[in-house]
Amino acid sequence: MASERNGWRSATSEAPAVRWTLITIAVLFMLLVLVLPLANVFVEAFSKGLPAYFRALSDRYTLAAMQLTLLVAAIAVPVDLVFGVAAAWAIAKFEFKGKTLLTTLIDLPFSVSPVIAGLVYVLLFGAQGWFGPWLSAHNIKIIFAAPGIILATIFVTFPFIARELIPLMQDQGSTEEEAAISLGASGWQTFRRVTLPNIRWGLLYGVLLCNARAMGEFGAVSVVSGLIRGKTNTLPLQIQALYDDYNLTGAFAVASLLALLALVTLAVKTLLEWRYADQLAARRGH
Amino acid sequence: MRTTTRLLALGAVLATFGLGGITPAAADNQHLLNVSYDATREFYQDYDQAFTDYWQKKTGNTVTIDQSHGGSGSQAQAVISGLDADVVTLAVASDIDAVAKAGLLSQDWQKSLPDGSTPYTSTIVFLVRKGNPKGIHDFGDLVRDGVQVITPNPKTSGAARWGYLAAWAWAEQKYGGDRQKVEAYIRALYQHVPVLDTGSRGSTITFAQKGIGDVLLSWENEAYLAIDQFGADQFDIVVPPLSIRADPPVTVVDKNVAAHGSAALARAYLQYLYSPEGQTLAARHHYRPAHPELVTDRSLIAAFPKIKLVTIDDPIFGGWAKVQAEQFGDGGIFDQIYKPAN
Amino acid sequence: MAASSTRSTSPPTERRRPIIVRPSVIPGFGVTFGFSFACLGLVVLLPLLALFLKAAEISPARSLAILTDPRTIAALRVSFGSSIIAALVNIVFGLIVAWVLVRYRFPGRRILDAIVDLPFALPTAVAGVALSSLYAQNGWVGSVVGHLGLKVAYTPAGIVVALIFVGLPFVVRTVQPVLEELDKEQEEVAATLGARRGQTLLRVILPRLTPAILAGFALAFARAVGEYGSVIFIAGNIPFVSEIAPLLIVIRLQEFNVPAASLVAAVMLVLSLAMLLVINLLQLWSRRRFGDGV
Repeated sequence: MASERNGWRSATSEAPAVRWTLITIAVLFMLLVLVLPLANVFVEAFSKGLPAYFRALSDRYTLAAMQLTLLVAAIAVPVDLVFGVAAAWAIAKFEFKGKTLLTTLIDLPFSVSPVIAGLVYVLLFGAQGWFGPWLSAHNIKIIFAAPGIILATIFVTFPFIARELIPLMQDQGSTEEEAAISLGASGWQTFRRVTLPNIRWGLLYGVLLCNARAMGEFGAVSVVSGLIRGKTNTLPLQIQALYDDYNLTGAFAVASLLALLALVTLAVKTLLEWRYADQLAARRGH
Repeated sequence: MRTTTRLLALGAVLATFGLGGITPAAADNQHLLNVSYDATREFYQDYDQAFTDYWQKKTGNTVTIDQSHGGSGSQAQAVISGLDADVVTLAVASDIDAVAKAGLLSQDWQKSLPDGSTPYTSTIVFLVRKGNPKGIHDFGDLVRDGVQVITPNPKTSGAARWGYLAAWAWAEQKYGGDRQKVEAYIRALYQHVPVLDTGSRGSTITFAQKGIGDVLLSWENEAYLAIDQFGADQFDIVVPPLSIRADPPVTVVDKNVAAHGSAALARAYLQYLYSPEGQTLAARHHYRPAHPELVTDRSLIAAFPKIKLVTIDDPIFGGWAKVQAEQFGDGGIFDQIYKPAN
Repeated sequence: MAASSTRSTSPPTERRRPIIVRPSVIPGFGVTFGFSFACLGLVVLLPLLALFLKAAEISPARSLAILTDPRTIAALRVSFGSSIIAALVNIVFGLIVAWVLVRYRFPGRRILDAIVDLPFALPTAVAGVALSSLYAQNGWVGSVVGHLGLKVAYTPAGIVVALIFVGLPFVVRTVQPVLEELDKEQEEVAATLGARRGQTLLRVILPRLTPAILAGFALAFARAVGEYGSVIFIAGNIPFVSEIAPLLIVIRLQEFNVPAASLVAAVMLVLSLAMLLVINLLQLWSRRRFGDGV
């Protein structure tokens, strides 16, 4: 700081030594805890060379796992989206009794271990579950099949988009919507042309995080999946399968794919924050 | 608006792709699901490829085979709970008996294929650290002070039950059939076990990769595989003087193949295990083939050490039905004696 | 027509309680509320209800046996204990990271800020295999600490390492906005009154951050308790030593012992909700005591 060059230090800042120590601690901690594991994934994935890497990724079971993961995300994310928008509309635009209760209930999946999230669906749809006999009588497979995986993923990712939109929409208030209504717009028109443009970057951000979580869910899915290679293994489960097969390079190759997805998510998120910071009022509201 | 519409459209497109790939055709009889136990991953990887080639040459059809692996007991329960297996290739006959009891296949399943539906056998050996630093040579050494034994959970794993029974057989011999002393030995043995993985592969990883324990009670084939994987400079195989002949049987799940229309394919798949190619592949993966005479490479057969083996039908055991109920059932001997080491 | 805004302009002392929902010109309350509640009920509440009902089905005698089983207690202790330790570590370092990100300018600050969210975006299984390979005896970090005679992978320490990873962003991201909004006026006043910088940090700033720190702790703790994927690869999974409660649930499921699995799950849920309640009350108290930080 200019004043420091003259030997003066602002009363509300620390000595340079303190500052740089803290910065070093912070950077070293982040490197050790966050960056190193990430780097490790990529180094291990490519440790046997590029051809082995691509061979691992084009393995039949890995490709099937990719398909299943995409399918699960393609269904879970829109469901979370519709729910999130509806819940955010109800909570942000209206005053009603029980609003805190609703918000707390929405946050519930965050406090539930993913393993429990899978377990509850086994209790509902498994062979000895509430609906088990009915399902097997009608030859409908939920547990040990894709539908079970999708349901468990929806449970885990349920609050993501809602939690992103609620503070944002609350901050933005309802004056614009009220103005639109009083000018004669219908509810749907108001939503489409007034609300949506205001929340679109928050929405995109929420969708990104939701998608990353949906594709990466492990605990809940491992409980409901039959671990059938080529059928009910998602990418994270495939990582474990390859690991158990002693195929570490393969496991890390698949892991690197998901790590890449995480990096892309972070990059887009940073871009959004950089350019649209004011429209992401609650971006740090995790 | 545009963003949301685009996202939804993308989702729909992906869903279509996904659905196209995941949903099997209704009357798909060129597909099999083989639900197997934990140690057979590598074997069936090779075998499935060989069978696919064979079937292609024989009938011109392309068959896809999916595999699921896990502890034998858990896999059996999964099949009962709706896992859509066409064939089960499990580690112990009583697990398949359980599936039969649930009505998914005939109670006489063991007669449907030669050799009691057991195309290959194995046994239980010790995998130790290189140089055998703790000097483990027999089952008696497992309960010495400071020895940590790795073995899976008998409730979920077939290997665990075979290992348990091998130890039981040794104790019967050592203590002249004194039931009290035998049970005391087994109790002591499991006090030396720090962790029970759910399947044999989990135990091998715990021992070989995580470096926990001094000795692994392992399938013979799994021990050789560990040496192949981690290096002969890491481990030694110690063959106890007396062990048990482990019979991992295979069978078709009648109810499911009837629903899928894959009965003929499933039967052919299992019968191929008895062919020269099938038996040679088994030997190559360190399984003892039921018909060693069919294996052309004699060195594979010679590599198997000669061990004195008891079988499950030995008088001390009396067959799987008796053993499963008495030893491993709810409230059975294992439940009574198992107190994990604190 | 009373065009009521959601921002109340009535006098602060008198607040007419809405009957159920305050009338508004904006349409769609019925639809959106009904739909959200229905979704919530079907997807979240019904399954959780099934869990508690299933757990309640078990005879009291058997329930007691399962709950007092030393292995169950040990698993819960490992899970909750490691989570508290990891959350505490995250408070310390999360605070430092948040402070550094908000108050200082240095090269790479933007990148550091972006990386904080990595545990949110990275799948737990990926973190799991990466951490276990990193901290194994022959791993990059494991070999270094191995020279000091320390073992991390396959020990309880490994569990804590994994939980620190998953919990870090929660503390940073709850403290950061509060720090950003912090008015420097109070610090300046403290300085003019003669306080040294350290005193100011400790007695002026830290109290005002306490509610946010507690909130971050709660979130990091809740996430850590239920964590499965990142832990099972690096933990030894040895009962009584390094077996976490979610793994015990999975093992009971693999043994097809659904009652035991449900009971452990129900207990885990009740315990974590209870702890969250305690922390939230603490946070409420601290907010009243220290103010909102603004």
